[in-house]
Amino acid sequence: MESALLQSIWFFLWGLLWAVFFMTDGFDLGVGTLLPFLGKSDTDKRMMINSIGPLWDGNEVWLITAGGVTFAAFPAVYAFMFSSLYTPLLLILFALIIRGVSFEFRGKIESEAWKKLWDTCIFVSSAAPAILFGVAFANIFQGLPFDQNGYHGDLIYLLNPYGLLGGALFLMLFLVHGALWLTIRTPGQLQIRADSAVNKLWFVLTAVAVLFLGATYVYTPIYNNYLAQPLLFVVPLITVMALFGIKFLVMKQQYGKAWISSAITIVSATFFCIIGLYPNLFPSNVDSIYSLTAHNSSASPLALKIMLVVVLIFIPIVIAYQIWAYMMFSDQLSAEDLAEEEAY
Amino acid sequence: MDVVLLSRLQFAAATMFHFLFVPLTLGLSVLVAYMETQYVRTGDETYLAMTKFWGKLFLINFAVGVVTGITLEFQFGTNWSRYSAYVGDIFGSLLAIEATTSFFLESTLLGVWIFGWKKLSKKAHAAVMWLVALAGTLSSIWILMANGWMQHPVGYVIRNGRAELDDFFAIITNKFGVLEFFHTVSSAYVLSAFFVMGISAYHLLKKQHIEFFTRSFRIALVFGLASSLFVAISGDFHGVHVSEVQPAKLAAMEAHWETTTRAPIHMFAIPDEENEKNIIEIGSIPGMLSLLGFHDINAEVTGLGDIPKDERPPVLLTFLSFRAMVGLGTLFILLTLYGWFKRNRLLESTNYLKIMLFAIPLPYLAIEFGWMLAEVGRQPWIVYGLMKTSDAASPIAVSQVLFSLIGFVVVYSLLGAIGFYLIIINAKKGPVLEEL
Repeated sequence: MESALLQSIWFFLWGLLWAVFFMTDGFDLGVGTLLPFLGKSDTDKRMMINSIGPLWDGNEVWLITAGGVTFAAFPAVYAFMFSSLYTPLLLILFALIIRGVSFEFRGKIESEAWKKLWDTCIFVSSAAPAILFGVAFANIFQGLPFDQNGYHGDLIYLLNPYGLLGGALFLMLFLVHGALWLTIRTPGQLQIRADSAVNKLWFVLTAVAVLFLGATYVYTPIYNNYLAQPLLFVVPLITVMALFGIKFLVMKQQYGKAWISSAITIVSATFFCIIGLYPNLFPSNVDSIYSLTAHNSSASPLALKIMLVVVLIFIPIVIAYQIWAYMMFSDQLSAEDLAEEEAY
Repeated sequence: MDVVLLSRLQFAAATMFHFLFVPLTLGLSVLVAYMETQYVRTGDETYLAMTKFWGKLFLINFAVGVVTGITLEFQFGTNWSRYSAYVGDIFGSLLAIEATTSFFLESTLLGVWIFGWKKLSKKAHAAVMWLVALAGTLSSIWILMANGWMQHPVGYVIRNGRAELDDFFAIITNKFGVLEFFHTVSSAYVLSAFFVMGISAYHLLKKQHIEFFTRSFRIALVFGLASSLFVAISGDFHGVHVSEVQPAKLAAMEAHWETTTRAPIHMFAIPDEENEKNIIEIGSIPGMLSLLGFHDINAEVTGLGDIPKDERPPVLLTFLSFRAMVGLGTLFILLTLYGWFKRNRLLESTNYLKIMLFAIPLPYLAIEFGWMLAEVGRQPWIVYGLMKTSDAASPIAVSQVLFSLIGFVVVYSLLGAIGFYLIIINAKKGPVLEEL
């Protein structure tokens, strides 16, 4: 009984880590994807890259932690999920590798062609993980084809209608989130373009979100937990309110609050799915007896307890210094900032 | 080609490449933090210029190191799923703790350091770099405890068909991991010291920025001398422990076939694995292996002949890596010791400066050889005595691994080439000293 409780706590901690990763690195990926569209000049592009420059690396560690926690708390899931989703996962990782070095490499040589190369890399390696994370998670929500003989899908299988819709939803969430970040941190014309981008992208996001919610009902069992416990509908309600909050706050040009509203949208949307998924971590669509759940694939109770102590001590500390860093680097950038020797 | 071999090649390529960048991150962060501290204490602008110059090289190196580390954590799941399911309770916990306690701190604060020059006080800014250096070191503790557990598993119990955590304290105080930590971190400091000395030598040979690079050279020299001595001492302790807990690795690294007392060391040998003997043995010193391995000249040393054939590591590679590592390690002591006597006449010692310039790659090689010894010498086990590498791979298609292996080699080669190219051009460019 006690061990079932521990497993459930870890299930939601696991979900929380993914949610925070999407909330933080999400705007980095959004800004990277917007680079060719909003960055009209080299100064614009540098402004965009430097807007996320101090924070992207710390944000990415939420992914490493989510991966590490999957390994530690649910070793069987870590082993089976990552070997089954081999190709898409490695594509994501390669993209993140290229994105990371692109920021560092881009400004190191004064050449048009050189910068163009890394601009392209930043765009592709930001858009691809955004979409692929959506595709992967949507497929997990609807279940994957595996039984006692292992996994029977491939990359093409994952690109089914619901998976693609998940990819579109993640991309739109991150684009809005990224554009909002730019409204906070960039000045002048770039800020105006980012503002107008949010206004347009918001309608696309809302349309995709409505489609996704409908498709989720058709393709996945996610609503079952909600029908069993209707009080839980408060979570998607928060998502919807936060989504409308973005539009409302941007119209009032309260960009900081709009960004927070977008952060709430992403976290609550992730939790909407995670709650619906519970207790499954990696469900089979062949037969639920094969599904990997929080209860049949967890680490030992002792490992879960020790990790819980570590996480309860250190994650609040991490959050504290990350908030400190965010407060330091959420001011509006100026030409002076770009002139700094260390700027990207 | 099977999945196990391809996955091993892929993991070897990914880790060895990653480890081209890790040591410099560990050591140069300490040197940069020291330089910035000197700047804060003395107000001497040369120290500030040093912080910025070496800091810039540090950052290029860090970028490649950090991104190539990401794939490693996930490769246990993608390519070694049977291993992951078997040991996740312990090994996964250590990786998760590393991310939570150390990697977050390092990544977040490095961003603050790069962009925070005008936003923080001088003292706070220098303190941030010390925290970055500390976090990198903390990271290495956890990672090496994880590797130490693969080398010498402790604190576990076999239950539910897997290795489950039993004694967490035993795992985080595993002697093997502790010794690996001291040996690895001190060797990383040696590499960083040689990096700084080599680049300084380049500029001193060109007679440019003399004050700047003499000072840099001397700081690195002290750091390098102390560290290379420490590498040897920690290596000795480590060797003794390996003798106790990994007899097969000891026998392979010395090409020692028959169990004997007063076991000899061969300066050089060509092992013949088929016929279980050495074709050539040069410079054999009787009793030396017993002495080094057990600190007792009469100690009995198990030979490979008494270890089942399917539990022996590849002898030649293990034997040669060990010799290359020790030979280079000795050279580092001699070079830094010689430098100590020349420290006040660096500019005139052109031959020494030339040697130091060309010595930059040597610690990189020594460290890679050291890891080859540690990892190849552990074979055929993925967890020594507990699980074989051949039982650890994922049940995936050969084609998947083949494509990803090609992807790794291509992408990493390009990144490595660009990374080192940028480090070299920026190193050659020298510091910005307008303020002076």
